[in-house]
Amino acid sequence: MNENIIASAAIFKKKNNARNKIVQNTGFAILLLCIIITILFLGSIIYFVGVNGIKIMSWEFLTAPPRKAMTAGGIGPAIVGTFYLTIGAILFSLPLGLSCAIYLSEYSPKSIAVNVIRLSINNLAGVPSVVFGLFGLFVFVDYFHFGVSILSGSLTLGILVLPGIISASQEALMAIPQSLREASLALGATQWQTIKRIVLPAALPGILTGVILSIGRAAGETAPILFTAATFYARGYPDSALSETMALPYHIYALMTEGTHPEKQTMIAYGSALTLLILVLLISALAIIIRQRQRNKMV
Amino acid sequence: MRRFKDSIYKWIFTALAFASLIFLLGIVIVLFREALPALKTTGFLDLVFGKSWYPTYSPPEFGILPLILASLWVTAGAMAVCVPLGVGSALYLHELASNRQKAILKPAIELLASIPSIVFGFFGMVVVAPFLQETFNLPTGLTAFTASLILGIMAIPTIASIAEDALSYVPPSFKEASYALGANRWQTLTQVVIPAAGSGISTAIILGMSRAVGETMTVLMVAGGAAVIPHSFFEPVRPMTSTIAAEMGEAATGSPHYAALFAIGLILFLITLVFNIVAEIISKRYRMKLGLSR
Amino acid sequence: MEDLKVRIARIQIENVNFYYGSNHVLKNVNLHIYENKVTAIIGPSGCGKSTLIRLFNRMNDLVPVSHVEGTILLDGKDINAPGVDVVDIRRRVGMVFQKPNPFPKSIYDNLAYGLRINGINDKGTIEQKVTESLKRAALWDEVKDRLNDSALRLSGGQQQRLCIARCLAVEPEVILFDEPCASLDPISTKKIEELIQELEKYYTIIIVTHNMQQAARVSDYTAFMYLGELIEFGTTEKLFTVPRDKRTEDYITGKFG
Repeated sequence: MNENIIASAAIFKKKNNARNKIVQNTGFAILLLCIIITILFLGSIIYFVGVNGIKIMSWEFLTAPPRKAMTAGGIGPAIVGTFYLTIGAILFSLPLGLSCAIYLSEYSPKSIAVNVIRLSINNLAGVPSVVFGLFGLFVFVDYFHFGVSILSGSLTLGILVLPGIISASQEALMAIPQSLREASLALGATQWQTIKRIVLPAALPGILTGVILSIGRAAGETAPILFTAATFYARGYPDSALSETMALPYHIYALMTEGTHPEKQTMIAYGSALTLLILVLLISALAIIIRQRQRNKMV
Repeated sequence: MRRFKDSIYKWIFTALAFASLIFLLGIVIVLFREALPALKTTGFLDLVFGKSWYPTYSPPEFGILPLILASLWVTAGAMAVCVPLGVGSALYLHELASNRQKAILKPAIELLASIPSIVFGFFGMVVVAPFLQETFNLPTGLTAFTASLILGIMAIPTIASIAEDALSYVPPSFKEASYALGANRWQTLTQVVIPAAGSGISTAIILGMSRAVGETMTVLMVAGGAAVIPHSFFEPVRPMTSTIAAEMGEAATGSPHYAALFAIGLILFLITLVFNIVAEIISKRYRMKLGLSR
Repeated sequence: MEDLKVRIARIQIENVNFYYGSNHVLKNVNLHIYENKVTAIIGPSGCGKSTLIRLFNRMNDLVPVSHVEGTILLDGKDINAPGVDVVDIRRRVGMVFQKPNPFPKSIYDNLAYGLRINGINDKGTIEQKVTESLKRAALWDEVKDRLNDSALRLSGGQQQRLCIARCLAVEPEVILFDEPCASLDPISTKKIEELIQELEKYYTIIIVTHNMQQAARVSDYTAFMYLGELIEFGTTEKLFTVPRDKRTEDYITGKFG
C-alpha cells in the first residue's frame, strides 16, 4: 500500500509548477496594470482641472459676481448658493435620518416594519438623481408652491442624501457595545436617557462622518437642482429661502452649454470645476480622516 | 413622568423612521400620476417600443425606444471599462498591495468616488471629446463611446471599494487551506477567493450598473444628444436621464411632453429598482453562504 | 532511547529559531520526526507548538515580519534552501487545521481542487482519487450519495474528515494536524482519532494538541514544549510514565497549563 502511494505520487508532475508560476506572474502583472490605469485616469482628471483652473483662480474670482454676460467676473454667488443648498439639505435630512437610525438600532423590534424600512432605504439610495429632481419639481416647486427656490432645492437634495445619513448613523450606533447600554439601563436610566447621554455621544464621530460625506455629495449634485433651484444667472446674492439661486455644479454645466463665448467661459468653468473639486475632496478627506481616527481608537 | 417622556420619544422616532418609505412611495406615486396622461394617450407599449422621439413636432411623437437603447448602450460600454479596471484594482489591493500601499490607495479610491459627476462631464467635454474627435477623425467627439468611457472611469472607485470589501470578508482559513494543498497565490485567488467573494463582487457590479444607468450630468454633457436609435458607438446618442434633464426646462407643466418625460422617469426608476433588488438578494445570499450575519 | 536511533528520520529540525517581529517564538528547537509514526506535540497554549509545525510546510511564509533560522530537513533536503519550490513542499506535507475549513464548494469539488491545481485534469483520475480519499478518510459511506452538495452543509466532524480527505487526495507523505479536534464534540473527536491511527500505516503524522489524553491515545512519540523551547522528546509511553524533566512532569500531572 505504501509503495502504491509513493508510485502514484509521481502523477504530480514537477513541471506544472513552473508553468503555474508564469501564469501567476502574468496575472499579477495584469492586476498591477489595472490599478495603474485607474490611477492614471482619475489622476489626469484632477491634473487637467487643476492646471487649467489655477490660472483663473484669485480672491476676486471666488467672491465677485459674474460680469459681462458670464464672460468675466467671478463665481461668488454660485459658491454662496451651493453653501445654502447644502446647509438646507442637511438641516432637513439630519433630524429625519438620525431618528430613523435611532429607531432601527435602538428600538426596532424584529418586525416586518423594520424590514420594510430597510428595503426602502436601500432602494431610495439607488434612485437616479434626476428622478429626485422630477419628484422635487412636482412636490416642492409646483404642489407646495415653493417655486424654483433654495427651499425646493434643499428639500430635494435632503431626500437624496437621507439614505446615506441613515446608513452611516445606524452603523455608528450599532458599533456601540451592548454592554454600555446595559450598564446605563441597570442604573435605572430610561431608554431615552441612555440613548441621549450614552449612545449618541459615543456614536458621534461615526454620525459626523456620514453627515460630512453627505455634505460633499449634496454640494456636488447637479441633476436634482436642475429644475428645483438653479438659475444660470442671478444679479446678486439670494435674499430669501424662496429665491432661486446660482450653484457651483450647475454653473459649470450652464457655462459649457448655454454660452455665447465658449473660450472665455471654458476658463471660468475650469475655475468653477477646480473650486468644486477642492471643496468636495476636502470635505470627503475630512470625513475619511475622522473615521480613520475613530477606527484606530477602537482597535 | 420619565416613563411618559420615554414613550413619547419612542413614538417620535418610530414615526420619523418611516420617512424614507414615505419618500419612496411618494416618488412612485408622483411618477405614476404625472406619467399617466402619456401612458393613456400613447399607450405603454407604443411608448416603450416607439422608435421616434419628436416631442416638439405637431403632432408630437413619444417613442422612448431610442432613449432606452442609448442608456443600455452607454451603460454596457461603461461596464466594459469599469468592471475589469474596478475589479482588477480591488484584486490588486487585496492580494498584492503592501500595507503602506493599502493605507494610501484605499482612502484615495474612496476620495475619488466623491468627485462630483459634473466634473467628470466637464472633463469629458473639454478634454476627452476633442481628443477622441481628432484621434479617430470623427464629426463630433460627443458620442456614446465618450459617454461610456467617462461613465466607466467614474464608476471604477465605487466598484473597486465594494469589491474590495467583498474580498476582505472571505475568511483567511479558505486561503490557508488552499496554500496547504500546494496551490500558489494566483490559483488560490482565482479558484478559491474570487468564487467565494463572487456574489459580493457581482453586487458591486450591479450597483455600478445601476449608477451608470441613472447617471445624468455626465451623459448630458458628453453623449451628444441625438435621439435616434444608435447604430455605432461613435455616434451621438441621447440616454433617458439626459433627455429628462435637457427637456424638462422647456416642457410646460401638465403638457403631453411633460407627461412623457415623467414616463421616462418612471421607466428609469423601475430599471434601477430591479437592479437594486437583484443586488440586495445576491448580497443576502452571499452573507448566508459565508456564514456572516450582517 | 535505543529505539529512537534505529529508525529513519523523515523530518529533522536542527537548531531552529523563529522570530515574529521582535518576539523570539521558538528557541533552538531540535527534533526528529519518524516515518510512519504519529508524533504528538503538546504544551500549554502559546508555547509555540503550532508555530513549529507550520514551519514544516512553510505556512509561516505567509506571516509578515517573521523569520526563521536553522535547518529543517525533509528526507535530508533543506526545505528553506533557495530554489526549493514551496508549492512542492506543501503538496508533500499536507495540513489539517484547527477549525474545519472546507471551501464553499461542493464535496466533490473540495477534493478535486487540490488535484486540479496540481495539474491533474483527467476526469477519470480525479474521480478515482476523490473516491479513494473519501474512503480512506472514513467519510465515503456518509456522503457517497450527495457528492454535489455544498461541503458547508456537513456537520463539524464530517467537515473535518472532509478536510482530511482533501489533504489525502494530493498524496502527501507527511500530514500535519493542528489541534484537529479543538472545535469538535467527543464523538467526532473519537472518529478523528481512530482515523489518525488508521492513517499512520501510510503516512508520517504530526499532531499538535493541548489534550494530553489525546496525545497518549494516538501517538507513538511525544514532544513537550514550553515557552518556545522543546523540553523533552521521547516515546509517548516513556514521556507520560517516566518524564525526565520536572516541567514535563508538572505539565502532565496537571500542575499548570
